[in-house]
Amino acid sequence: MSNETTPSRSEWPLWEVFIRGQHGMSHRHVGSLHAPDAEMAIKNARDVYTRRNEGVSIWVVEAKHIAATAPGEKGPFFEPSESKVYRHPTFFDIPDEVGHM
Amino acid sequence: MYAQMVKTDSTKVLSLAEMTDEERAFQERIDRGEKIEPTDWMPEGYRKTLIRQIGQHAHSEIVGQLPEGNWITRAPTLERKAILLAKVQDEAGHGLYLYCAAETLGVSRDELIELLHAGKMKYSSIFNYPTLTWADIGAVGWLVDGAAIMNQVPLQRTSFGPYSRAMIRICKEESFHQRQGYDIMMKMAKGSEAQRRMAQDALNRFWYPSLMMFGPSDKDSVHSAQSMAWKIKINTNDELRQKFVDQTVPQAEYLGLTVPDENLRWNEEKGSYDFSEPDWSEFFEVLKGNGPCNRERMEARVTAWEDGAWVRDGLMAHADKRVAARTAAE
Repeated sequence: MSNETTPSRSEWPLWEVFIRGQHGMSHRHVGSLHAPDAEMAIKNARDVYTRRNEGVSIWVVEAKHIAATAPGEKGPFFEPSESKVYRHPTFFDIPDEVGHM
Repeated sequence: MYAQMVKTDSTKVLSLAEMTDEERAFQERIDRGEKIEPTDWMPEGYRKTLIRQIGQHAHSEIVGQLPEGNWITRAPTLERKAILLAKVQDEAGHGLYLYCAAETLGVSRDELIELLHAGKMKYSSIFNYPTLTWADIGAVGWLVDGAAIMNQVPLQRTSFGPYSRAMIRICKEESFHQRQGYDIMMKMAKGSEAQRRMAQDALNRFWYPSLMMFGPSDKDSVHSAQSMAWKIKINTNDELRQKFVDQTVPQAEYLGLTVPDENLRWNEEKGSYDFSEPDWSEFFEVLKGNGPCNRERMEARVTAWEDGAWVRDGLMAHADKRVAARTAAE
């Protein structure tokens, strides 16, 4: 990402856009855009990303504030959940007689 | 296609044995059908090719607003005008999605725009043709967006994640464009004699330029093999062009219009049409900057950019001032 601009130019910073859909439970990342400030970012996000009933709520956040996991961390970072299958309700057998649980 | 003749910097595709360990691991991911994401390792050639292709694609969306924008104030009914406005707005949005996808590769949007304005990056050859009548707006939607969709649908499966996701989003909106174009053509073709002639004239002028959108013939397309090995491109130029002709000819017949190609014949054996190739010397001239509107298009872009500089600076200064005021208040 090059939202850290060169001193000679003033590029508008990059914003990441999250939208919660009509019946959506949570905000989903839908894309990014450039805008000078948060208000303009929201206005532009409304015009670009919600022109066809895509959502009812918009979040924008400047891209430089987002930290991400590195691809190389895939193993150590996400593997442990697979070795703990007992975290999933399907791991436990409940007798039919007990009924729905 | 909105990105033609994209250079790959490679003269031949390396075999797995000729690759470094990193390159081989990368190629194997591609071969398994995995998506490549911005922070993943990738060969420099792959990165550069994608910056060129996505950048060129984004530029095409932006420059493509000009030929259609030419008719906004002159659209024949209020309904047609509102529709055209909505379409041109979509194109701006598509440009925006694509610039953001290109930026994930480490180039900034302003840098790309600078390269476009300096003539160092291309945009689709099609937008160097003028829109001379209202029927051209129909032909652009039907043929130009039709050709773009033909190319973009397979690109939804392209190997670079952000590009593929931008394509999914864009394809959803493009079918509106193609249909509205065909709707204009239907009205014109079934209208008065003068309207029908206007529609035929638009088809005559846009047919070959639309076929050129898929890029040069496979035998002359030196960079296709590498792009296909990297699964940036999914189909060859000729494959897509053939598909486009097969789909479009019946649509022209329905309109009662004639495709301007005396060699156009249904080939029973291959189950598709035989047709004449476009004039490739014209294509290369247009790419070199010598098409009918190249100069006009770039002038319009550069003027908008330069005349808008004080507005961009003002918005930025205002934003900075408000940040400073907020910080001081805390």
